[in-house]
Amino acid sequence: MAYVAVKGGERAIDNAHAWLAEARRGDPAVADIGTDQIAQQLGRAVDRAMAEGSLYDRDLAALAIKQAQGDLIEAAFLLRAFRTTLPRFAASLPLETGAIRPLRRISAVFKDLPGGQVLGPTTDYTHRLLDFSLTDGTPPPAAPLTAAEPEAMPRVHDILGREGLIEPDAPDGAEPGDLTREPLAFPAGRDLRLQALARGDEGFLLSLGYSSQRGYGNNHPFIGEIRMGEVAVEIEPPELGFAIEIGDLVLTECQMVNQFGGSKTTPAQFTRGYGLAFGQGERRAMAMALVDRSLRAAELGEDATAPGQNAEFVLGHCDNIEATGFVEHLKLPHYVDFQSELETLRRIRAESL
Amino acid sequence: MTEGYNFAYLDEQTKRMIRRALLKAVAIPGHQIPFGSREMPLPYGWGTGGIQVTAAVLGASDVLKVIDQGADDTTNAVSIRRFFAKTAGVRTTTHTAEATVIQTRHRIPERQLRDDQIIVYQVPMPEPLAKLEPSRTETRKMHALADYGAMYVKLYEDITRFGHVSISYDYPVMVNNRHLMSPSPIPAFDNPKLHMSAALQLFGAGREKRVYAIPPLTPVNSLDFEDHPFRATRAPHSCGLCGSDTSYLDEVVTDDRGGRLFCCSDTDYCEGRRQSATAE
Repeated sequence: MAYVAVKGGERAIDNAHAWLAEARRGDPAVADIGTDQIAQQLGRAVDRAMAEGSLYDRDLAALAIKQAQGDLIEAAFLLRAFRTTLPRFAASLPLETGAIRPLRRISAVFKDLPGGQVLGPTTDYTHRLLDFSLTDGTPPPAAPLTAAEPEAMPRVHDILGREGLIEPDAPDGAEPGDLTREPLAFPAGRDLRLQALARGDEGFLLSLGYSSQRGYGNNHPFIGEIRMGEVAVEIEPPELGFAIEIGDLVLTECQMVNQFGGSKTTPAQFTRGYGLAFGQGERRAMAMALVDRSLRAAELGEDATAPGQNAEFVLGHCDNIEATGFVEHLKLPHYVDFQSELETLRRIRAESL
Repeated sequence: MTEGYNFAYLDEQTKRMIRRALLKAVAIPGHQIPFGSREMPLPYGWGTGGIQVTAAVLGASDVLKVIDQGADDTTNAVSIRRFFAKTAGVRTTTHTAEATVIQTRHRIPERQLRDDQIIVYQVPMPEPLAKLEPSRTETRKMHALADYGAMYVKLYEDITRFGHVSISYDYPVMVNNRHLMSPSPIPAFDNPKLHMSAALQLFGAGREKRVYAIPPLTPVNSLDFEDHPFRATRAPHSCGLCGSDTSYLDEVVTDDRGGRLFCCSDTDYCEGRRQSATAE
């Protein structure tokens, strides 16, 4: 009968939270992990939490990861719930990723190009063997340093654009929308689609991008360029009338070159897919660029038959904070609805027997 | 009250935006109004729409009641009540009669609501046509044209297969003879309480970013056919605690040999009846 007499809801919740705090800390004989250690040594987790949490703050992301016990969707949720309370005092000017201070830049379409291929701190060519030396804290050998000649690094798409081989990417002059302020409506412009993808779930974007490569909506992509590095953020306060720098972001940008569009009036041109991620988020930026291109099917006059080409499907389901909330809400009590189902089922069965 | 946050958590601009959407909703009963739903510190699907609506209408003198499954002591009801006690410092109650604002998930209280009360429903899926047509672009058109034939076909198919409409909760209603509306996942038993209710009824869907409303004294009819009229059903028992044979009942499994206790899902109603029985 304890169940019916339940009055212990409040105490049960308090006790559960206390247990959670204890479980989060783990064995007190093991050193407490510092958020600075997470920010420094779990950088890719921090990047992902920042991207999906839509908030660029490495220290807060590290705290969220610690609080969420490493559950990155929960960490992103903590960041989102914090972000939504922040006042907005300005919108930045468009970031000039052409002037990125590169840590990495590769192109898969030209063997060499101005600015060169810069591998940066990549895992691409590591052999995936567990490195047991990491368990005993041996410091890594110093990475060799060479003085780099500062050299301009023009975008691959601008190089192709000079010949008119790729569609232009001119701004349409309209103020970009913000789906965190106004509810998304369909058809959604590319600005809103990119915003949704930029904060979408990495796994979902990855699978959709992958499906487009496997024939569900034909994408024929090349990596025009991936660049990762520091970009300055500028705002232009109206009372000043000129731009001032307020900080730097580390970003990963992916520009895909896709197969031709064109018509009787426009000669054939490569088309674009675009991906951008906070931090070092190469997989995310690439997946986003694939999905961005897929979602342009209607605009480019292609048949939209695959899930990755359906904006309502993709944008309606890419947000993992919304998705996890609704999936996990099934844990909440549903006994009233279940009771109504029981009665309906009993009645139908009684009449048919 | 919690330091550093505005009264009832949301900033005044956001509350104003939600109230504007609610005014529009009241003006077009049963019609879904998109609003700039915010990320709340509780998960989507756990009442964020209801919480935002409550935050937007709550004043310092209001008395708040929060129920889930009809009960004040279910964990999520406790959590939401605490959220407002903490962020708004308002008085809370478990008594339906004392409350000026009632936030609910899945039930309408048994006691008839008054014209000085507001009931706020938490809504998971505001689109009543979603199970028939997943695209919201299409369902918007269907609402605009009052093209609800597909729903009647679904009810008809139920009757031919089962002899009854098989929808037991979230039973679709027609509001003000114009808009098809999801009453939220309340049992069909509660549907008649929506009709001509004296209280203002507000519905919030946070994840789906929609609000809608039933103004006081609005006709709300559960979809049916002349030869198959709507029937509200409940478990054919009396409450094992207060003896009520009209209230909606929960079924509690008491042992593994088929033992069951049926008792009121509305805990305040049940306690009130038991108290007045002992007083007599």
